[in-house]
Amino acid sequence: MTTVQQQETLALNGDEAVALAAKQSDVDVVAAYPITPQTIIVERFSEYVADGEVETEFVCTESEHSALTACLAASATGVRTFTATASAGLALMHEILYVTSGCRAPVVMAITNRALSAPINIHCDHSDSMAERDSSWIQLYVENSQEAYDTIIQAFRIAEHTKVLLPIMVCLDAFFLSHTLENVKTLPDKKVKDFVGTRQIPLVMGHEGKKVPFKLDPKNPITIGPLALQDYYFEHKRQQEEAMRNASGIISEINDLYSQLSGRKYGNGLTDPYFLEDADIATICVGSTAGTTKYVVDNLRSRGIKAGLLRLRTLRPLPTSDIVSALASTKAVAVMDRSHSFGGYGGPLFHEIRHVLYDTQPHPHVVNYIYGLGGRDMPQNDIQDIYIDLQKIQQNNAVENYVNFVRVRE
Amino acid sequence: MSERKKGWKEIPVGGVCWKPATEYSTGDWRTFKPVHDSEKCTKCLLCPIICPDASINWNTATQDIEFNYNFCKGCGICANECPANAIEMVREGEA
Repeated sequence: MTTVQQQETLALNGDEAVALAAKQSDVDVVAAYPITPQTIIVERFSEYVADGEVETEFVCTESEHSALTACLAASATGVRTFTATASAGLALMHEILYVTSGCRAPVVMAITNRALSAPINIHCDHSDSMAERDSSWIQLYVENSQEAYDTIIQAFRIAEHTKVLLPIMVCLDAFFLSHTLENVKTLPDKKVKDFVGTRQIPLVMGHEGKKVPFKLDPKNPITIGPLALQDYYFEHKRQQEEAMRNASGIISEINDLYSQLSGRKYGNGLTDPYFLEDADIATICVGSTAGTTKYVVDNLRSRGIKAGLLRLRTLRPLPTSDIVSALASTKAVAVMDRSHSFGGYGGPLFHEIRHVLYDTQPHPHVVNYIYGLGGRDMPQNDIQDIYIDLQKIQQNNAVENYVNFVRVRE
Repeated sequence: MSERKKGWKEIPVGGVCWKPATEYSTGDWRTFKPVHDSEKCTKCLLCPIICPDASINWNTATQDIEFNYNFCKGCGICANECPANAIEMVREGEA
């Protein structure tokens, strides 16, 4: 048991907190496309490189597609790799997201959640990362800049864990977090470096019939991710599913270990329940909206209303049993989606939560609120209105509208 | 191709090749196979150079070319390009 480390409080925006965490995590290679929709994350990191504060190889590429390709290639040689993107940049990486996870390259990528065009919009919206839900990347969503800092540090250990070896997206809300100054407690460089440690390389069976390190190395040549057709492709995908299942435990374990160092803990690493033990009504969300919602829950609780919040920190792997147990006492829950599946039945989080609750008996009424697209504010009054709707659903034991659009003008 | 295929728990992660390409006979993809007429062949050795799969070799003992049917996919480029028309493509199983 280590004692909690003395820490320095700095005024940082979310981008700077992420850049500092990456710097302290002793990253070997950063590749990025530096133009809109890029954020201050790689801008700040390039300054560390220019000022000689890090020994990182910084590769300025001609597109996000190339940036992630460079990260994948670097990661395949066994080094620690980081990048950041947002919105259209993530969309352009789509093809290589699958190559990265398929090659089991533990790249850590910060995603500043921004809307997708058209119309052009650079503000907070989860459409970019939700669209990449099925790419076999671990997805962690943070509530504030402090958590962004902490989660980037944890992400390297999770991704590089030899039972996981999957890339990670650490998603933070654009502007609400990325461009807003916040007090962030930061650990000493050495403590972070020691916590993250050096990347462990497992052994794999190579083509010469002997076990060799799983990295591209001229001394022990291997081929990573070539052709696998009808006979073997499926087996490789099943391996990725297993790695995701392993990741659940590892995320929790590293959340615990990190709390011993920093004194900060985010639920069990997967879900972050707030006043759910006896809650009748609850909302479910990811990201910074949870902060405002906690304030609303506090107010409702002070008036004797049994309200709660389930913040999902990990979307992939989906913490199914934690979601079921966290919502066990609820009668009506509202899933809040900052993105939408057009023509579907509500937003992506709604699909996940409703699906997970299907087998529980009795299960609560589950309704959906699409909110804040393109960065529109989600003030406390609007969140409180959702809880009032939930009270009505609980009282009437009936739902009027399953899918609702918050404050959209007609 | 009757070998037992490995399961997901057995194969290396990341699609790492666990056996060399020389053990993966791509010759069974073939529909037509090249057969050469040693009498017509002028031993110009154009075919070993143009074969995209390096499946035509010069046999120093027989002083003749020979096909490596383990890797020849039957593309037919050799038969098409042979200046002496000494290579014929024959449907598998018919010769």
